[in-house]
Amino acid sequence: MSSTSTVPVHTMPREHYLNASYGIRSWLLTTDHKRIALLYLIGVTFFFFVGGTFATMIRIHLLTPTGYLVSPETYNKLFTMHGVAMIFFFLIPSIPAVLGNFLVPLMIGAKDVAFPRINLLSWYIYITGGCFVLYSFFTGGLDTGWTFYTPLSSVYSNSAVTPAVIGIFINGFSSILTGLNFVVTIHTMRAPGMTWFRLPLFIWAQYATSIIFILGTPVIAISLLLVGLERMFHLGFFNPALGGDPILFQHLFWFYSHPAVYIMILPAMGVVSEIIPTFARKPIFGYSFIAGSSIAIAVIGFLVWAHHMFLTGQSTYSALTFSLLSYLVAIPSAVKVFNWASTLYKGSISYDTPMLYALGFIGLFLIGGLTGLFLACLGLDIHIHDTYFVVAHFHYIMVGGAVMGYVGALHFWWPKITGKLYPEFLARVAAVILFVGFNLTFFPQFILGYLGMPRRYHNYPPEFQVLNVMSTAGASILALGYLLPMIYLTWSMRYGKVAGPNPWPATGLEWHIDSPPPAENFHVTPEVDWEPYDFGNRPDLGLAAPLTPSHAPAHGDD
Amino acid sequence: MQSQLPFYPEQASNFAGSVDSLMLYLSLVSLFFAAGITAAIVFFFFRFHRKEPNEVGVPIYGNMRLEATWIIIPFFLAMTMFGWGAVVYVEYRHPPQDTLDIYIVAKQWMWKAQQPTGLREINELHVPVGRDVKLIMASEDVIHDFFVPAFRVKMDVVPGRYNTMWFRPTKVGRYHFFCSQYCGTNHAMMGGWVTVMEPSDYAAWLSGSSGAEADPVALGEKLFVEKACSTCHLASGLGRAPSLNGVYGAKVLLADGSTVTADDAYIRESILQPNAKIVAGYQPLMPAFQGQLTEEQILGLMAYIKSLQSLPAPAKEAGIAPATEKK
Repeated sequence: MSSTSTVPVHTMPREHYLNASYGIRSWLLTTDHKRIALLYLIGVTFFFFVGGTFATMIRIHLLTPTGYLVSPETYNKLFTMHGVAMIFFFLIPSIPAVLGNFLVPLMIGAKDVAFPRINLLSWYIYITGGCFVLYSFFTGGLDTGWTFYTPLSSVYSNSAVTPAVIGIFINGFSSILTGLNFVVTIHTMRAPGMTWFRLPLFIWAQYATSIIFILGTPVIAISLLLVGLERMFHLGFFNPALGGDPILFQHLFWFYSHPAVYIMILPAMGVVSEIIPTFARKPIFGYSFIAGSSIAIAVIGFLVWAHHMFLTGQSTYSALTFSLLSYLVAIPSAVKVFNWASTLYKGSISYDTPMLYALGFIGLFLIGGLTGLFLACLGLDIHIHDTYFVVAHFHYIMVGGAVMGYVGALHFWWPKITGKLYPEFLARVAAVILFVGFNLTFFPQFILGYLGMPRRYHNYPPEFQVLNVMSTAGASILALGYLLPMIYLTWSMRYGKVAGPNPWPATGLEWHIDSPPPAENFHVTPEVDWEPYDFGNRPDLGLAAPLTPSHAPAHGDD
Repeated sequence: MQSQLPFYPEQASNFAGSVDSLMLYLSLVSLFFAAGITAAIVFFFFRFHRKEPNEVGVPIYGNMRLEATWIIIPFFLAMTMFGWGAVVYVEYRHPPQDTLDIYIVAKQWMWKAQQPTGLREINELHVPVGRDVKLIMASEDVIHDFFVPAFRVKMDVVPGRYNTMWFRPTKVGRYHFFCSQYCGTNHAMMGGWVTVMEPSDYAAWLSGSSGAEADPVALGEKLFVEKACSTCHLASGLGRAPSLNGVYGAKVLLADGSTVTADDAYIRESILQPNAKIVAGYQPLMPAFQGQLTEEQILGLMAYIKSLQSLPAPAKEAGIAPATEKK
């Protein structure tokens, strides 16, 4: 760490949330948002391993055109279970439930979330839903695709669809309760002086995400329940032989599942908006535009779902409308990128690991977002819809974007969560390995898609092999990039250097208290009389005066 | 077929050029922004690297003019992408008149094609070069998708409805087609070849292969009797159900006062769910055939009803029986 050399050696605080009480009961019955965050960390890490194992097998299988590793049935189960584990049980809860739970009260100066017991309940609901889905995986597996398109899922599939949809249905309530908790907490529990426009941008992103949790999740819960009912009782919701409409399911499914993409990316954008000003040591450029664009993405994101259905035979007018709206949602995302890049201008930039992840995020999100324009383009979508182009695009958003954000956030707040520093050099190496491995894995898939290789193929014509081999080679590098942080972060919990309250230093309220924080967070309710990321006006951080004296305007922009 | 690492598939239809042009336009705009932003970030990253541990950056809170610029310019660029894409899509979704109509039936995990002559093929599709071809597609089970990369076209094949797609092959050759909507175990095996032939070769191929036993009109006529359609749908128009002579493609007056064109979708619906649209002057007596006919049987009935198109309708107005019977 470039800044720690001049800082005196720290010691761990005598009492903190990790040692406030002992025993398994003190964890399983905790209502401390920080401990619940760690419970979620264990859950999502487990599902990341499960989903990652499936992904590894997929990539090994696709090394050759005929696929030698597994049978077609098994291959179909692998990509389905990869998607279900990663999306519903890793990506969606990752940043909101792990870091959101840990940070939302700390960042706004509260002692806990508004409903601590409901918070614990949502973890138990998550675990219960997860058990149902694991039961489905190990008793016949699931081969419908994570999209559960009817009538394949509701009539024709012979796999364990019913426990899986029950699991996802149950899990939905965990998202809804977390969203509710955050909205109420952010509205009612901000410390004195913590006005809306002084909120860290991570909080704005969590707020926007919570709105989607509350409004979107019930829809997917209900539509998957309908799939389950159609399977069990032969009710004709989606089965055309019984008078149902298979396309209706797609409308219901994407009404949630497109906003769900923003559930994954918005919190990561919030993380990047925290990291960049911290490691450039200057206020973020265009605070209110970044905050407002989160809300705009959440709202417009609800109005674009049928762009997944341009080629289902939907009416031309519907296609035109949804294409237009999809282009509109691109604008607030572009605004964020421009503001992040501008924040670097005349900064004092360090090369610490979280910054590498944040900049890596921007690079990958740029590609992911721009290729979204290709898919929203009606004429182009005729060709690239349902090909590997789509697979590459959404992995750039979900893995390149959301997972980079998540891993970056783990590094940034690791000293706060554990009180220990991770090994900086190793972490920088891992960040570079991840970036390189990711691009090698997924960039060739854009070309594969344009050449016409459809998604979800267990074998493929030989002309596609070169690109598939590149992709598999990249995936092995990527796997190394994920294993390294898992190993050294775990190692650092015991052997890492003591971090001290504010190792970077950063401006947020969470950095005012010990690392790890005390069980009740703040011994005295803090009062906020500073603007966000205002390094030049924070003598308490021990930094030099800014080169140009200035006074922060009330709303962050001029 | 091509060099080791091409960046786009062969161009073999009227849509290939326009889709590739769109691709090029979007790629160039994206490359411009991606390269510009990346260059700026990399430059700032090194140029403004922290020199002293306690150094802070110059506080800059924002700039309204810049914000407006990077909202307005991307907005207009996005609208050009939307507009151009829409033009191509609208053309694709509206087939021209006088197409060569081929029926496609998809099922787990095979494609059946039926040429206008009744000739059938499996996992193969023969079409003449330079002719507008329309595929009218149905599925026996789950959702499939007919995708020809060299033509840059695809369309979902949805059970319970007809979806259509069209293209004009521009180059003789053999091209892969794939199922691109995941449809279960052997989804990846559900593909085949489109053969684009010179029109004369196509005609020779059609006549060279015997299609007598597969004649859909004969199948339809047989079903028309077997399923007792013929007991009510008298050609004379005097039966309990309207005569089907001359119905295909004509306007039909419905009981609720509206009119519909008797196209494939209407006739299919009227067979499967007859009560959805009742012809003016008739009672909803017909049983529903939903789930009782295979897609090929429906196509046979359709072909038979189509064959009656040239016969004169018994009366100008539906529901009024004519005085004399013509046959």
